[in-house]
Amino acid sequence: MEDVLRLLEKDARFTPQQLAAMTGDSVAAVEEMLRKFEEENVILGYTALVDWDKVDTDFVTALIEVKIAPQRGAGFDRIAERIYQFEEVESLYLMSGAFDLAVIISGRSIKEVSEFVFGRLAPIDGVTSTATHFILKKYKDKHRVFAKQEEQQERLLFT
Amino acid sequence: MIDYSSVLSDRVQSLVPSGIRKFFDLLEGMKDGISLGVGEPDFVTPWHIRDAGIYSLEKGFTKYTSNAGLSVLRGEISNFLYRRFDLSYDPKKQIIVTVGGSEGIDIGVRALINPGDEVIVPVPSFVCYGPLVTMAGGVPVYIKTKRENEFRLTAEELRAAITPRTKMLVLPFPNNPTGAIMERSDLEAIAEVLERTDIMVLSDEIYAELTYGQRHVSIANIPGMYERTILVNGFSKSHAMTGWRMGYVCGPQPVIKQMLKLHQYGIMSAPTTSQYAAIEAIREGDGDIEMMRQEYDYRRRLLVEGLRNLGLDCFEPKGAFYVFPSIKSTGMGSDEFCEKFLLEDRVAVIPGTAFGEGGEGFVRMCYASSVENISEALKRLASFLDKI
Repeated sequence: MEDVLRLLEKDARFTPQQLAAMTGDSVAAVEEMLRKFEEENVILGYTALVDWDKVDTDFVTALIEVKIAPQRGAGFDRIAERIYQFEEVESLYLMSGAFDLAVIISGRSIKEVSEFVFGRLAPIDGVTSTATHFILKKYKDKHRVFAKQEEQQERLLFT
Repeated sequence: MIDYSSVLSDRVQSLVPSGIRKFFDLLEGMKDGISLGVGEPDFVTPWHIRDAGIYSLEKGFTKYTSNAGLSVLRGEISNFLYRRFDLSYDPKKQIIVTVGGSEGIDIGVRALINPGDEVIVPVPSFVCYGPLVTMAGGVPVYIKTKRENEFRLTAEELRAAITPRTKMLVLPFPNNPTGAIMERSDLEAIAEVLERTDIMVLSDEIYAELTYGQRHVSIANIPGMYERTILVNGFSKSHAMTGWRMGYVCGPQPVIKQMLKLHQYGIMSAPTTSQYAAIEAIREGDGDIEMMRQEYDYRRRLLVEGLRNLGLDCFEPKGAFYVFPSIKSTGMGSDEFCEKFLLEDRVAVIPGTAFGEGGEGFVRMCYASSVENISEALKRLASFLDKI
């Protein structure tokens, strides 16, 4: 079971036939597993990893540190929910350490991101402070390196 | 004009160069050619290992090491062999760090062979044994392992090949190109044949970490065999370190002592940078081995199942990273099959004949290649088989 997840995490395009061959399960068993994983939200989706810098230069991503005052009864969840509902929010994590929530958002410009922070995020009840860090360059994401890796030339062709 | 054929050694001229080269020259010119031909990991050496090599350079560790290799590394090799294969070798007297497993094979053969001595080599197997035996003045005696035995060496085959001149048995398992392994019971049968003789074993266990379904057993582990075994292993396959040229040999002290002379005069010491990287690999790399082994296992299953679905007879390889399907059903010989497959569908696989007698009718495919490549190669194989 975990084999299938590990393989899909590496390449979501593997077909049930390929997965079945690689793990030694039957195709039917793999299909059933996938259905269950999707139903139980173990697999949340299958997406492509895009390097937008190569497509669109007007694209910025920011990591925003958010400090909040937890609410009685709901803890951090209530505020987190009010944040992640925004379309602009790409990721949201509850953190240990110096701040509480890490919000990752992308926009077309610094202005757009800033407007989101002071217009939408900061005014939320319970948010006590924000610190916005713009991402200057992405080197690696989901185990994939953004720069094209050079291949060694003149490999021995046969051993 | 010098007549070079008269100045060159007769022995070296008698060696036959590999005929595979021409295939790859063809492949080089192809735009979307796929190679399942190479025989090395497709992983880059894990970064922490590369980093250790770089760090040793930063610190200026660029001198020779002792002939046998860094004592720390030999100590770690000793620990590694104990922890993973239950083998005990004294790092001070029984281990030499070599330039790849290949050097270990060479000096092992040369330390033992007198002119005319026979060396038994099971085939199909890696191409170096016969030529190295010839260069040492010995006579290679080949045993063809059989498909019906899953290309394992049997006691009967071995017994039939032994003569009064037999000095050594090469034991190349897990095997390149067949993917065959020898289980403990297979080795016990071999040991039974050898124990009443003075025949030494050169056990090339470079693929020892790449077995699927069971752990590799070394013949040095079989009672009575330790004192007659030269064990060859290294980092190339287990840690994806082929280019670092890091191997080692272990054996009885009197044998290692003589081998060390050959190593000392021919090599001096194995590359220092590589030795520092190898220390890191052996201390912190068990997880890397497992990660890569798991990846190879996925691809192994994918390729075997794909070949079987296409109707090719293919026994399940349990070691190394090769499958060795029979292509007899196509009516073609191995060479013809490989040449046509490459020219028509742009996939390079290696004819079994490249690995000695007994390889005719089979081809070697290496699954140390991406799932994408393997899947595409299978697709092209399907279309190739359709045409014939």
